[in-house]
Order: sequence, then structure tokens, then C-alpha cells
Amino acid sequence: MEHTFQHTPTAQEIADLKARELDALCVNESELKHPWWHNLKYSAWGILFGIVFVKAEIVSWFRIQEMFRFDSFHMYGVIGTAVVVGLISVQLIKRFNVKTVHGETVHIPEKTFNQGQIYGGLLFGLGWAVTGACPGPLFAQMGAGFSVIIVTFFSALLGTYVYGRFRESLPH
Amino acid sequence: MLEIIKQPWPWYVAGVLIGLTVPYLLLVGNKTFGISSSLRHVCAACIPGNIKFFKYDWKKEAWNLFFVGGITLGAFIGAQLLSDPNPMVLAESTKSYLATKGITDTAHLLPSEIFSWGQLFTLRGLIFFVIGGFTVGFGARWAGGCTSGHAIMGLSSLQWPSLVATVMFMIGGIIMSWLILPFLLTL
Repeated sequence: MEHTFQHTPTAQEIADLKARELDALCVNESELKHPWWHNLKYSAWGILFGIVFVKAEIVSWFRIQEMFRFDSFHMYGVIGTAVVVGLISVQLIKRFNVKTVHGETVHIPEKTFNQGQIYGGLLFGLGWAVTGACPGPLFAQMGAGFSVIIVTFFSALLGTYVYGRFRESLPH
Repeated sequence: MLEIIKQPWPWYVAGVLIGLTVPYLLLVGNKTFGISSSLRHVCAACIPGNIKFFKYDWKKEAWNLFFVGGITLGAFIGAQLLSDPNPMVLAESTKSYLATKGITDTAHLLPSEIFSWGQLFTLRGLIFFVIGGFTVGFGARWAGGCTSGHAIMGLSSLQWPSLVATVMFMIGGIIMSWLILPFLLTL
């Protein structure tokens, strides 16, 4: 497995990375150790992200219904534009070997195919249309003052937990 | 200026800002965009039990929790300080369809007929909050990511398994909206 360790990792470090990589796209092993407040960089972008979510009504149950009923271009425009901007960014980073602000080489883990993307994807889609929210908007709906979404959030946590509990017996 | 910001933002503004999350996370800390993993990290931090899937050093992924914390706070700011006083403008066809199902309060982001505390201990509440939320959490993890990890990050980095997942998300949503939800909304 490709990784970003720049020293020879210990067996425990490898095992820990492998555990985190299970069914996850967004795992990264940075060599750098930072004090905790460096994480505020992510909170800052999260705040902008949350404002966008609310102001562009992406967290709206109604917008999700419009999307799946093909009644509005709005959500397709949002997701499509985001993919194009992300794609161009990733291509530029790769082409010009742009380093992180700390000088590390950018590493994007490869996703391997498994049946979970089919069955899990289908289940996720069913839930998305019911709740009108994927995980990001769940946080945003709570933040926007829809307090009852706390119940949906804990249900999603429970779903994640039950998946982890029975992961080994599900087709992958 | 504030008046413009308070209006609903068009899709291209939102799309560009969301898309820029990908290079921001990559260049600031070599992180790949994904939100549903935060749910897993919460499980790993709070109730790992003896489950292999939750036994890892979640503190190494703490950035993800800071990110979703930011989303929650940002949504609060968006809703409280930058809110648009006008009701939402909804596609006429969706609006009239929902009206036939008794959903007429389209002024806010969520319909009050479904998403209110009064509905919690009803069949509707069980389906829309508990089963719906459970399916989102379970499905996202089984698929290895949600809309952010697959549809945006995965497609941006040209990973075909993410395309499979994204297509399945859409199929699931279309089946629900056209075939199942018409029944569920009458409950």
C-alpha cells in the first residue's frame, strides 16, 4: 500500500494507518506533528462551507426533492461546478507537483472498488432522499437551528456503529 | 454588500467554493475531502468497544472533527446573521406535488410538517429521522464515503469506484423520491 511515511514506519504505525483506511477515502498520514490549534485551519474553512451550505440552500430538504424529481438545475449545478473546480485543482497540483504549505508532496489515496459502493451507495441514496441531508448538511441543519435533526444525527452515528460492528459479515 | 450576501447564493458561487475545498485541504494539510468519516471518528472516540473498525488512533483524524464543527458554526452564522427574510423559491412542479401530499410550509429549509419535535414519536418521525438517519450513516460507511468523499473528492481525482458510488447514490435517491416517498409522505 502506498503511503506518505517518509521514514520506515513501525509495524504498529502501518497497522493503525490500515485500520483508518478501511472504507475511507479521506485518510492521510502526514509526517508533521502540529499543536492542536493548527486544526483551526479546518474549522475556518468549515465555517465558510457551512455558510455556503445554508446560503445556497444545499441543506434544504426541498432542494434535494427538486434534484431527485428533476425539477431544478440548482443542485446539479452546485455539484457539477464543484467537481469541475476540484478536478482542475487536482490536475494542476499533479501537473506542477505543487507541495503543501509545509512542503510535503500531496498524496491522494487510491480508492479500490468493492461491492459496498453498490449496496452501500444505494442505501445511502435512499436515506439521502428521505432525510434531505447527506452527512455534511446534517451538521449544517443542526447549526442552522433545526434542533430535531439531532435525532437524525444520532441515528446516522448508530448506523455507522452498526456497520462497523457487522462489517465483516457484509459483502465487499 | 450585506444585502447581496443575504440573498440566496446562486449555484455557481456555491459550486466554486465547495470545489475549492479540495485544493484547500490538500495544500493546507495533505487532507482529502470527506465528511462522513467524522461519524466514524466519533464512534472511535466514544464507543470503540472491541470493534476492529473503530480501533485506530482517531486523534490523527481530528482535523475532520474540527472541520464539521466549523460547518455547524458556519450554518449558524448563515441562518442567524445572513438569513434571507423572504421565503424560499421552490420549483412550481415540486411545490404543487408536495402540496398534494400535505406539505405546504415551504418557507424554510425543511418542511415543518415533517421535521419538528412534535413528529418525533410518530411513524413519520421514526421513518424520517431514525430510519433515514441510520440509512445515511450505514450506507455512507458501506460505500466508503458520502457525497463529499465520493461525488466531489473521488470524481475530482478521477477514481472510477467513486463514479459507481455516485451513480448508486442517485439511483437510490430517485427510487426513493419517485417510488417510496409518495407513500411515506402520506403516513
